Amino acid sequence: MKQIYVGLTGNEAVATAFKQARPHVAPAFPITPQTEMMHKFADFVADGAVDTEMILVESEHSAMSAAIGSAATGARTFTATSSAGFALMWEVIYVAASLRLPICMPVVNRALSGNINIHNDHSDAMGGRDAGWIQMWCENTQEAYDHALMCWRIAEHKDVRLPVMINYDGFIISHTAESLHILPDEDAWKFIGPKDLKTGYSLLDMDHPITVGPLDLTDYYFEHKVSQIEALKRAPKYIAEVYKEFGQLTGRHYSFFEEYRTDDADLVIVALGSTAGTAKDVIDAQREKGVKVGLLKIHMFRPFPAVELAKALSKAKVVGVMDKSASFGGWGGPLFNEIRSALYDLPARPKIHNWVYGLGGRDTDTKQIVSLIEQLQAIAKGREAETVNLLGVRL
Amino acid sequence: MSLIPTSSLNEGGIITEAGNAAAFKTGDWRSNVPQWVPENCIHCMFCWIYCPDSAVAIDSTGEKTVMTGFVFEHCKGCGICAQHCPPAAKGKAAIVMVRDEK
Amino acid sequence: MAVVNLQTLSKNEDLLSGGHRACAGCTGSNILRQIMLTAGRDTVVGGATGCMEVVTTIFPYTAWKTPFIHSAFENCAATVSGAETAYRALKKRGELPVPREKINFVAFGGDGGTYDIGLQSLSGAMERGHNMLYVCYDNEAYMNTGIQRSGATPFGAHTSTAPAGKVKQGKDRHRKDLTKIMVAHNIPYVAQTTPFHWKDLQMKVRKALDVDGPAFINILMPCTVGWGFDPALGMELSKMATDCNFWPLFEVENGEYKLTYKPKADRTPIEEWLKTQVRFKHLFKPGNEHLIVEIQRWVDDEQRKLLKLCGED
Repeated sequence: MKQIYVGLTGNEAVATAFKQARPHVAPAFPITPQTEMMHKFADFVADGAVDTEMILVESEHSAMSAAIGSAATGARTFTATSSAGFALMWEVIYVAASLRLPICMPVVNRALSGNINIHNDHSDAMGGRDAGWIQMWCENTQEAYDHALMCWRIAEHKDVRLPVMINYDGFIISHTAESLHILPDEDAWKFIGPKDLKTGYSLLDMDHPITVGPLDLTDYYFEHKVSQIEALKRAPKYIAEVYKEFGQLTGRHYSFFEEYRTDDADLVIVALGSTAGTAKDVIDAQREKGVKVGLLKIHMFRPFPAVELAKALSKAKVVGVMDKSASFGGWGGPLFNEIRSALYDLPARPKIHNWVYGLGGRDTDTKQIVSLIEQLQAIAKGREAETVNLLGVRL
Repeated sequence: MSLIPTSSLNEGGIITEAGNAAAFKTGDWRSNVPQWVPENCIHCMFCWIYCPDSAVAIDSTGEKTVMTGFVFEHCKGCGICAQHCPPAAKGKAAIVMVRDEK
Repeated sequence: MAVVNLQTLSKNEDLLSGGHRACAGCTGSNILRQIMLTAGRDTVVGGATGCMEVVTTIFPYTAWKTPFIHSAFENCAATVSGAETAYRALKKRGELPVPREKINFVAFGGDGGTYDIGLQSLSGAMERGHNMLYVCYDNEAYMNTGIQRSGATPFGAHTSTAPAGKVKQGKDRHRKDLTKIMVAHNIPYVAQTTPFHWKDLQMKVRKALDVDGPAFINILMPCTVGWGFDPALGMELSKMATDCNFWPLFEVENGEYKLTYKPKADRTPIEEWLKTQVRFKHLFKPGNEHLIVEIQRWVDDEQRKLLKLCGED
């Protein structure tokens, strides 16, 4: 299939993908650095490129609430947010997942306050990792665009029916123009397809009136939650199918995580988002020097592919997990904890250490990653080191 | 209602049987119960419009709607119906609240 | 407007089933029943967390015979605005699940979910012009969580968070005038009514649903448990509240105020109404006379201002 080679920022690319998905409804409330995504989408609406009804709500809590009301009718619905906006809608994010509504939402990752900071880190989405949403993570503009197309097929799959978050780094991806391939509108539409209005429920089926969001007492809440757990357990199978189909269509093959030069790697870095891109450059340079280092970059963080990750990391000697968010009072960051836990049952486990880095948009450059790899090398040679470390901060 | 098996729970925890609360008997909440005195009833419908529990039974199929009694499975014995029965003012109440001997 | 009397109304469907868990004598569930008699089957209802939402939808039971959605406490207006927008979007593309000429969208919340925590989402929805009706059932406190003070609690009322005790005498501020706040949103229809005044209520619901755009109705909801009165007296107290000018009945169509119930020339003293409720009992202790005087002053002042707005001075 012929694709179009363009230069777009992450926000523009995601807006373009969403235009191609022809959503029915989009509640919108601005927050840096998501804002331009909605601006671009609003331009598409104003120019008649898509006929989405935008609801210019008065807060992010209302954005997710309106998205719930809309999706409960069966309408294809999206909203977008970052940081404090995500935190504000936190209450209803859980509701959206428990109602099994296929809402798609770009989270343009930005640090949570305080102090208030508008730059990239992962504390926002990490704070919502238990909400029951599918969480996808993107390294660059291409991946953000691709996932903004695929998310509809995943969310609306009749055996999934869960909301999907598409995470991409604020400013680094959202505002940086990169070159990428996009699908022509008709091909994107053919891949995504119209919303299947026969599966799932609708408030507007006046012939079969339903009650959505009743009160659960202690006799039913737990069972309702278990059905959510089961839905998330089933989802990877269908996510893999969508990835496969997309790969055949575009030549870009995704999987739950990308393994970059890990085949013979003694040292493996695990990272989410744009840092993975920087790490790949450093890894290439280190490989020239003979250092056997690789990268594992996660796309599907929720549901968490614990078994697959453990298998992929089992042959490494040392794993360095990079967390762009801290878990205050916890032991290491969230990604570190989940990976370490996934590896626990391996008969032979790699050493696994954590580096919390990049908080509040602190630039994560090649020098920092080189330093990280040197630390991994030292650990591999038997040097004692702190399990949880900080990277790139003035102490 | 016995517990719904987990495998039969609706996706999203929704309820698909509209108005199934009718199967829940709130009538056993009562301390007092309304007694209808049909010969005094003028079928004004005040009891029907003011009932919080849809517990006043009416027959609206004919030209004139008439009150036909109470839905005792749901009546909580609040007494609003008796309070607003117009004939009571003339001492000929069509609804009288009495102790519910169960 | 078509003739509305109890005979004609009785032909309409009762769309709230019995078997819900409202208290005996709850005027709130009556309000919902009454609204639905006029709104009809082709209505999507949204409820904010609160007494009415909780008692009508305890899983696996629902008292609703029409579609119903609840998502959270402070966001009913936002949730319903999303459903209303989706309806227009689906209709535009010819994708409604079942064909319907018109579907009503009615959101309701107590004074808690409307005056206070829900004010923002209500304001936003009204300002955006969605074709929906928002009904506030105002029982003047956060009843579902145990009678806590709200912005709608009247001066002098005892609540569990502003109780009357040895040193304090209940709420020390007058209530917020949400109806006027809604008028200031320049929406086509705003009104106040009570469940006792069933004809007034039905007329207002009809008008509210017929306008093209947002409508708001504030309905006094005497609460037998929270206010402390015999369950049989809820409708009686609604009537008395209006006769005291505590809860005047009026409507505002496109900014034009109009009384829908002309109060008697000599209105019932507010003391008569205060006497009927345990939440005001402490006002009758010696030394608290000035509080009743203040309440009467406020009622008379508010009424004077309202009459002026209605051109009835």
